[in-house]
Amino acid sequence: MKKIIYSSAVMLCSLILFLSCGDRDSENKGALASSAAEKVYVAPGEYDEFYAFISGGFSGQLSVYGIPSGRLFKVIPVFSQDAEKAWGYNEETKPMLQTSHGFVPWDDSHHPDISQTNGELDGRYVFINGNNTPRIAKIDLSVFETTEIIEIPNCAGNHSSAFVTENTEYVVAGTRFSVPIPQADISIKDYKGNFKGSLSFISVDPEDGGMDLSFQILMPGFDYDLAHPGRGASHGWMFFSTYNSEEASTLLEVNASQNDKDFIAAVNWKKAEEYIKEGKFTTMPANYAHNVYDEHTHTATSTMKKEVRVLDGSLPGLVYLLPTPKSPHGCDVDPTGEYIVGNGKLSADLTVHSFKKMISAIENEQFDGEAYGIPILKFEEVLAGTVKQAGLGPLHTEFDGKGNGYTTFFISSEVVKWKVGSWEVLDRQPCYYSVGHLMIPGGNSRKPFGKYVVAMNKITKDRYLPTGPEVTQSAQLYDITGEKMELLLDFPTIGEPHYAAGIPAELITERSRKIFNLTENKHKYAATTDADVKVVRDGKEVHVYMTMIRSHFNPDNIEGIKVGDKVYFHVTNLEQDYDVPHGISMIGANTSELLIMPGQTETFVWEPKQVGVWPFYCTDFCSALHQEMQGYVRVSPETSNLELSWGLGD
Amino acid sequence: MGLLLVSLLLFAACGGKTEEKKDGFNVERQKQESTTSNPEAETDRVKASELVDLKNKGVGGITKVELPTEIDQAMAAEGEAIFKQYCMACHRVGKKFIGPAPNGILKRRSPEWIMNMILHPEQMVKEDPIAKDLLIEFNGSPMANQGLSEEQARAILEYFRTLEE
Repeated sequence: MKKIIYSSAVMLCSLILFLSCGDRDSENKGALASSAAEKVYVAPGEYDEFYAFISGGFSGQLSVYGIPSGRLFKVIPVFSQDAEKAWGYNEETKPMLQTSHGFVPWDDSHHPDISQTNGELDGRYVFINGNNTPRIAKIDLSVFETTEIIEIPNCAGNHSSAFVTENTEYVVAGTRFSVPIPQADISIKDYKGNFKGSLSFISVDPEDGGMDLSFQILMPGFDYDLAHPGRGASHGWMFFSTYNSEEASTLLEVNASQNDKDFIAAVNWKKAEEYIKEGKFTTMPANYAHNVYDEHTHTATSTMKKEVRVLDGSLPGLVYLLPTPKSPHGCDVDPTGEYIVGNGKLSADLTVHSFKKMISAIENEQFDGEAYGIPILKFEEVLAGTVKQAGLGPLHTEFDGKGNGYTTFFISSEVVKWKVGSWEVLDRQPCYYSVGHLMIPGGNSRKPFGKYVVAMNKITKDRYLPTGPEVTQSAQLYDITGEKMELLLDFPTIGEPHYAAGIPAELITERSRKIFNLTENKHKYAATTDADVKVVRDGKEVHVYMTMIRSHFNPDNIEGIKVGDKVYFHVTNLEQDYDVPHGISMIGANTSELLIMPGQTETFVWEPKQVGVWPFYCTDFCSALHQEMQGYVRVSPETSNLELSWGLGD
Repeated sequence: MGLLLVSLLLFAACGGKTEEKKDGFNVERQKQESTTSNPEAETDRVKASELVDLKNKGVGGITKVELPTEIDQAMAAEGEAIFKQYCMACHRVGKKFIGPAPNGILKRRSPEWIMNMILHPEQMVKEDPIAKDLLIEFNGSPMANQGLSEEQARAILEYFRTLEE
């Protein structure tokens, strides 16, 4: 916190200096011009051109925005419970948040990445990582729901994630915080040499998208920060930035910033596949959750997996280290796959490595030493060029597909446009304030859609009406079709966004589901017709097989429930029409409402504690008779002999 | 609101047995009806659910349905299954429920009207005079669009032909 205040103060000072130069008016004119308003105006009933999936940061979720309007469409619950949608509250989705540490109802969601085919966005899935309790989630874009979460063992601070390879062969995860692997009760002072990093490759089934932790590579105890895949010629490689090559375990602010250069680790995952095939792995005992939501049973299951295949990073030809100044953060690959950009966050320059030069340096064994058996390539032999004095504190780079890179500079608070190949700076625009990530739709793929860049800022300050000490997070939209970038729009975002993934809307809308088919509902407790409606007692457990349609529940009167019962309401929405969800909630239930889509079944549990007659009702306005959509449950004393009975309109 | 609360309290205070309460409500409502509406006009007007109009084909795209004299029993059985799955939540055979009972519907409506109502309920309640009146008669409870195919709707129609009036 102190650090933030301090850096804000520094920033403010530099801003004041900056303002006093009198440049602000001319640089900011874009936003004042009427053409900016026209460019972001999407008329009522019209659609946005792009979807933006913006990380929800410490909210643990993933938000869906329209670009260029900046309108929020949906917050997809991923790692955090969401009472609005019963995510993590209803019986069906509770298993999605299971981990080896038990039920974890929150995470810090970071880097969304859209699945790719041949290096281009294909719009099937978004992957996003949970940083705190290491996990990767998959969101199915036909339903905009999280359908799979896999925990990553031997990992802590899953930050260099969830980036996909060119054909979504793998989604990767990496340790930001190295730890003893396997975990052990040792002194923190013994970090050096005893703590390790791991880089995980989670395979994605090309047919059903199923994730499986294929293998892990054990690495030196650095901090693995960000990653991006090779593409084109460099397909088959994954690049991870590292810092703390000093292997410090305390006061990292100082101690992890000693070395002039850290590394980008180039991992040859095709080589890893060969080693796996040859059996050169060890099988380590592990314990991690694999949670899958089934679209037909509308129910998630959680399975604990017990082992993982591990490769040693020092296996010949598997990993090479590219020296990169100065504590590189973002690690970005241009659309051709030739250039790997290291955004040295404590530097003023950008370091760009050449894939061709890297291969030639490997072939000619131009090594500068090694780290725990992993060859370090000679800096000069892999360097393609430097974008000099581009700004202060480069963090992340995206590409427009027209030969330009766009890099955010946190300390100098700006986006800088530069030319790939000549490394000259072409344009710079200020951000309000302290930009972190940026996103061009497809900007880290073979085929970017270079029309807009979205800057996600870390500090908001005075950009919106004040809302007490906590203010909204802020994104800014720039038009990048001209030579000069033009600021078009500020819009608020949720949590603290770390990265985003954008995609042309038409790559998603065609596959977007409208309902769930009742005849495909395989939920164990579904009542897909009114003939299936019943109430069944099994000792103290009572199962209510309930239906809902505009505008009644069946049954809506239930008697014979007793204090001390555990009542499961399994509620099926019989509607088969677009946008007719119903909700249900029960007075005193220690859980959230259910919000049930057409054709879907969901379950909440109610444990009545008091004798009486208690109402339930529909929480989502569904028709002119929505207010009539209600019912009663009679609760008798525990000793009562009243038989179960139920009905509707009798 | 305050007044209402007071009168409610008074009412509760006076209330004896629950049976008597029910009677009280009934009497009051009957009184209101007899004073405000014209009994003659009421009897003249046929309810939308009882109105016979075999010419109106409705709106929504179904313009011609041929009904062979023989009922296709296999199709009717299929229609019954679809009806039970998608319609029974609101329509019960032989009983007015959320919506009207389907018994004898072919004596009152054209086959085209029935299929349009199943397939395009939103358009029907906006544009078709009978459907509009039905919506009012059934308390504004909307006919749900269950996303059925034309074939499925046709099978339901065949099932309706087997129902006794």
